[in-house]
Amino acid sequence: MEFKTFVFYFLSTILVYASLRVVTLRNPVHAALHLILAFFSASGVWILLQAEFLAIALVLVYVGAVMVLFLFVVMMLDINIDRLREGFWSYLPLGSIIALLMLAEMSLVLGGSYYDLFESNVPQAESGYSNVKAVGRLLFTDYVYPFELASVILLVGIVAAAALTLRGKRKTKSVSPGQQVFVKAKDRVRVLKMPAEQRD
Amino acid sequence: MVETLQQLLPGFLIPYFNALMQLGHNFFGALWPDILTVVWTVIKVMLIIAPLLLVVAYVTFWERKVIGWMQVRIGPNRVGPWGLIQPIADGLKLMLKEVVIPAGADKSVFLLAPVFAFAPALVAWAVIPFNDVLVVANVNASLLYVMGVTSIGVYGIMLAGWASNSKYAFLGGMRSAAQLISYEVAMGLALVVVLMVSNSLNLGDIVKSQGQGRFAEMGLSFLSWNWLSLLPMFGVYVVSCVAETNRAPFDMAEGESEIVGYHVEYSGMAFAVFQLAEYSAMLMCSTLISLLFLGGWLSPVRFLPDSIFWLFAKIAAFVFFFFWIRATFPRYRYDQIMRLGWKVFIPLCLVWLVIVGCWMMSPWNIWK
Repeated sequence: MEFKTFVFYFLSTILVYASLRVVTLRNPVHAALHLILAFFSASGVWILLQAEFLAIALVLVYVGAVMVLFLFVVMMLDINIDRLREGFWSYLPLGSIIALLMLAEMSLVLGGSYYDLFESNVPQAESGYSNVKAVGRLLFTDYVYPFELASVILLVGIVAAAALTLRGKRKTKSVSPGQQVFVKAKDRVRVLKMPAEQRD
Repeated sequence: MVETLQQLLPGFLIPYFNALMQLGHNFFGALWPDILTVVWTVIKVMLIIAPLLLVVAYVTFWERKVIGWMQVRIGPNRVGPWGLIQPIADGLKLMLKEVVIPAGADKSVFLLAPVFAFAPALVAWAVIPFNDVLVVANVNASLLYVMGVTSIGVYGIMLAGWASNSKYAFLGGMRSAAQLISYEVAMGLALVVVLMVSNSLNLGDIVKSQGQGRFAEMGLSFLSWNWLSLLPMFGVYVVSCVAETNRAPFDMAEGESEIVGYHVEYSGMAFAVFQLAEYSAMLMCSTLISLLFLGGWLSPVRFLPDSIFWLFAKIAAFVFFFFWIRATFPRYRYDQIMRLGWKVFIPLCLVWLVIVGCWMMSPWNIWK
């Protein structure tokens, strides 16, 4: 067995195990931690495929930012396990239909002869080849309109998130930092000169 | 690699070395080169981590001495000559102390959190170039790798706060996690400007690109380093580094005098690992500032040769700078920290990004 193959199976085993634990664990914080582990192993698999930009971006964006916010929310929740588990049987039919659909899709993609996944080779590039530059060039030439559209949609998301926090009148009082920095000691403190008194 | 080792080894060892290679080849067959690569990588990793930990230990000592002198005290001077054994004594003490795990704490996460805090600060050293050739892994996207790896450090703080099963630790963890994510944005934007002007994501290439320019041709290469041409970004990056490492005046994470932080429930070695993480992150930040803005191993003037000692001198200067501001400034208020990050640094970075982009497209481009 080649060393690369060994690394691939090692990472894939961790990936499958971690993703299974994400849905089976009861404690949501532990589940989120396993999701982070799954992201890490996935990025390791991508490194093996020489997609270093995608791999590092996965860690940077999903592990470094998205999951942090996820954990923020999950840690604040007051989780009641019993309430989470109720309604299992009523959701089961719909859930299993979706699961079967996804399974069928996956088997079509992986097993079907149309895509030739097993015959296809990862394009081998020389070591000086920069993945980042290639992705960037494609994004700003061939795919510039989809790219700009996606950024506008993200901007709408940012504005909407900011607008959601601005409902109603402001209840908190605050000092404007612009005025704050110009405060001098003599505006606030009055130093009184008092003559010392003679003690009797 | 085998050839380089053969050249490096003293003459009388070469026959033994060759015999070992032959033995390994007979025993493992085709797997032998892979095994050799793994072993050689582990040796290189050890060569970085062991000195790093020693330096971290003595950085704590140096900090206590420097802050002592700044506050007209003497600092530690009892253990060993001039107090030089003090960090070893501190380490031993912390190792022998009990690690108290609070009742109701999530034990596995509680013990995992310090690892999460410490590991990124070590892993990032894999791609740091010390000079033209001395680097463990010379990857194309090393700057991206450093950003990705260091962004994991925030988990240590959040998980420590959550797993302690204490409201104070939890609030402390939330507070510093929010601070870390805010300043990461400003740091990332400052780095985007740096990689734009150096046209590379490789740290070695970023350093090399700083060695050319009009001032470098005049022999004053310290004026063509990135700190001058990207001055506002240099300021933003340095201040964000202080905030990222949770050092004073941004030490909301610890705040020992009036508020409590995420590691209030930690004791013994588990606490020591958090301290190690803070100091190695500080070294990491100083190294990154030196590489990205201060020309790394390049010499400031032409008549002196480039050398690894320049890099060490720059790192030491920045570590000293960290101590200096700790002894000088009072702690920021939390809302002021958040305001500085979101309302000052991020808009400034965005505007400067556009300015540098226009500058590079104009005929006055100095980074060709």
